[in-house]
Amino acid sequence: MASPNEYTPSTATGRIANFVDSRVGASGMVKEFGRKIFPDHWSFMFGEVALYTFVLLLLSGTFLTFFFDPSMTHVTYNGSYVPLKGIGMSTAMASTLDISFDVRGGLFMRQVHHWSALLFVASLSVHMLRVFFTGAFRRPRELNWVVGGVLLIMGLAAGFTGYSLPDDLLSGNGLRIIDGVMKALPIVGTYLSMFFFGGEFPGLHVIPRLYSLHIMIVPAVIILLLVIHLFMVVTHKHTQYPGPGRTNDNVVGFPVGPVYAAKAGGFFFIVFGIVAFISALFQINPVWNYGPYDPSPVSAGTQPDWYIGFVDGALRLMPGYLGNFSLEWVIPFPWGDNTLILSVLLPALVPAGALFAVMFAWPWIERWITKDNREHHLLDRPRNAPFRTAVGAAGVVFYCVMWAAASSDLIATHFHISLNDVTYWLRTLFFLGPIFAFWLTRRICLSLQRKDREIVLHGREAGIIQMSPEGGFSEKHEEVDVYKRYLLTNFNDNKYIPAQPDAAGHVSGSEKRRAAISKFFFEDRVAPVTPAELEAAHAAHGHHEVEGEKQDSIEK
Amino acid sequence: MGDHSHGSPEESGTVAKADDVAQDRFADPGLPPHRPRLADRDPRAAKRHERQVALLFTISIIGTLFFFVAYFVLGHLGEMTFAELRVQNAALGLGTAFAMLGIGVGIVHWAKTLMPDHELVESRHEISSEADRQDAVDIIDTVIDESGIKRRPLIRNTLIGAIALAPIPAIFMFRDLDRTGKTAHEMIDSMRHTLWDTGVRLTRDPSGTPIKASDVQLGSAFHVIPEGLEEAENMLNEKAKAVVLLMRMDPQEMNISEGREDWHVDGIVAYSKICTHVGCPIALYEQHTHHLLCPCHQSTFDLANECKVVFGPAGHALPQLPITVDADGYLVAQSDFHEPVGPSYWERG
Repeated sequence: MASPNEYTPSTATGRIANFVDSRVGASGMVKEFGRKIFPDHWSFMFGEVALYTFVLLLLSGTFLTFFFDPSMTHVTYNGSYVPLKGIGMSTAMASTLDISFDVRGGLFMRQVHHWSALLFVASLSVHMLRVFFTGAFRRPRELNWVVGGVLLIMGLAAGFTGYSLPDDLLSGNGLRIIDGVMKALPIVGTYLSMFFFGGEFPGLHVIPRLYSLHIMIVPAVIILLLVIHLFMVVTHKHTQYPGPGRTNDNVVGFPVGPVYAAKAGGFFFIVFGIVAFISALFQINPVWNYGPYDPSPVSAGTQPDWYIGFVDGALRLMPGYLGNFSLEWVIPFPWGDNTLILSVLLPALVPAGALFAVMFAWPWIERWITKDNREHHLLDRPRNAPFRTAVGAAGVVFYCVMWAAASSDLIATHFHISLNDVTYWLRTLFFLGPIFAFWLTRRICLSLQRKDREIVLHGREAGIIQMSPEGGFSEKHEEVDVYKRYLLTNFNDNKYIPAQPDAAGHVSGSEKRRAAISKFFFEDRVAPVTPAELEAAHAAHGHHEVEGEKQDSIEK
Repeated sequence: MGDHSHGSPEESGTVAKADDVAQDRFADPGLPPHRPRLADRDPRAAKRHERQVALLFTISIIGTLFFFVAYFVLGHLGEMTFAELRVQNAALGLGTAFAMLGIGVGIVHWAKTLMPDHELVESRHEISSEADRQDAVDIIDTVIDESGIKRRPLIRNTLIGAIALAPIPAIFMFRDLDRTGKTAHEMIDSMRHTLWDTGVRLTRDPSGTPIKASDVQLGSAFHVIPEGLEEAENMLNEKAKAVVLLMRMDPQEMNISEGREDWHVDGIVAYSKICTHVGCPIALYEQHTHHLLCPCHQSTFDLANECKVVFGPAGHALPQLPITVDADGYLVAQSDFHEPVGPSYWERG
């Protein structure tokens, strides 16, 4: 559709741009993204780390697929690792050894892949904590929070399916635990296990099946969700931390081109470099030390990859018996006895289920309690949302107790204490730890808020000690500048909202419950300093200072 | 909580923004004044930063070259010792690390010191306007109306039925994920049986040499597999069920329940090695307490009390294998286990 007065470019860049744009219409995209503003903060980098480690996983993983053979056919190893020569093992294990010992750089690629996987889940988790503690999940970003949660679950799935592929002793024992957990599911468990393993454990089919999931289904789902996630980030524009000049209606930061693109692009190479450095010097998953899978041996102190640890720890914490009463219930039915295995079912499903359920529902829970359905593009400083920060800390402690339990045997041997005592303590902490963490975190947040108030009202400590003519000592306080004062006083202040009657004048039960929770969360709160309060403080201060440092107070 | 009172002429009032709440608040002083960096004022500092960035990129080039040295000089395929392999891995990794860090740190340094560091302000726009939303709803209504699906319930209901049924074959196709060809009943039955049978000798794992009763000293423990395991079809499947721990303790210290009096040979007892919790092999035997400990989840079983659970998450005792001695003095099984080994399952009963 050449119009008579077609745009004629004068520079080389212009000519290339004109060629591309007149064919695919890219100038709209450049206009949209070229100078798009992104706010800058170190805590926004965790999501980037997750993205970049995922790219590394795709790169190193593709390399590994060129050499890996997921078959469970029995072979005799005849590669160059001498201690295992002549030992029978599955083809999967043998090809893992071949990648390590007979492909140059193969071991390095395995290391990059495994370390990236650990970092991927770690950065995803920390990124979600950042989003939670700053309240970035609030309207309009609730759905993106959910997408992020599903991404975390898919990350765990990717890790789990990949961990089992080498078919070494450690991963085989991991699979056996999965088999045991699956069999504990009522009614369907036994069938599920047989379908998964193609018969009885371990069978000859599970590794190729995990491989299909690991290299096709799971990454495809992750990529799809990732695209949705980033698309929504662009649609919503990034949140920003509060501060002078930053409002709910603007975005303050650096333009994509050149600064943000350079920083974010450079950061990919930094992440790659750090992963390469770790992979060069720190050995991970030396399958040749463990040997091929054999159902008989096992080594003490075995542990899963860190992100599965909390489920494994929950399995360890659960007692099989309460007194003499077994938690494996044998239930008589007309056709015979069936067994309900609560000692495995409860720890495998309930804590992880509760964590993820609360996590997914939290944006709506918070909205229900606070009755705050406004759009939020300004983040909360964690101290300014004591209730949320306290709930988050309780969740983190809950998770960490289970995670620590996955190392209960190592804790016991390392500190020379009884394994049983470690378990008893962790069982106690499982229940009391989150409560204590909630209480403590809330107290800390409220204290920090009071400190902020004090700084605004009385100024910051200048570090200058003055002696009055009478010989009394006092520290000089300097009033904070307007920018700092704005940061310390401008926050979203949630108040206790008593139960409200509906249109018919009736106060529903759920509204009463909401009010009770609201009271529990917001009864104790520290309000931001208002200009009137500051004026009053100045007046009082000035009056006080008539006796002391008068020159100073006249300034104010 | 749509709040219509806060709309301005330019934007829809449905969405109240968080800082619309006009309160007794301090006024926003705006962005703090920009502080120029050293390189903004001093051309020599800018030149210095330029050289630093170039140096970092040069480090990257050296790192890449180092990678090639490691790849071609250190790597001799098929004839590397383990130590050489480790050196090569470290060299390849460090080469890559410097190649990447040089580029990354260089670019970030460039962005932070030489590119403009003025923060810019962009305003946010509504995600979607009310008018657009209304248009979209109208279009969807029109589409539904023109399709006639609401007016013709016969079509709608049969379509729902068809769509609900159509995926079920796809689920049933997965039935043959189980490759044994057995019926569900046969499968569950096979979980109750192992290679152990009357007269099957107890042999050492993994050598397969039979064990004489006289070989088993007081306090010792053997890892045991059934004789003929190596020849079995699906060896690993059979091994996963049949592995046994053999121990000897003073018969005086054992509490033996009714019906099991002759399951041991003079204090030599055999128990399934597969944990009844989720199936890890139980590898640790503490001789002086007679406790067996599972290293995975720390279930502890008391050998003196027929391997009943004394601690940890396991929900029932380890199954005991009844044993005796054959004519040649070798230990043999009296029969298979009397209950399924390993973790519990719904049909276990």
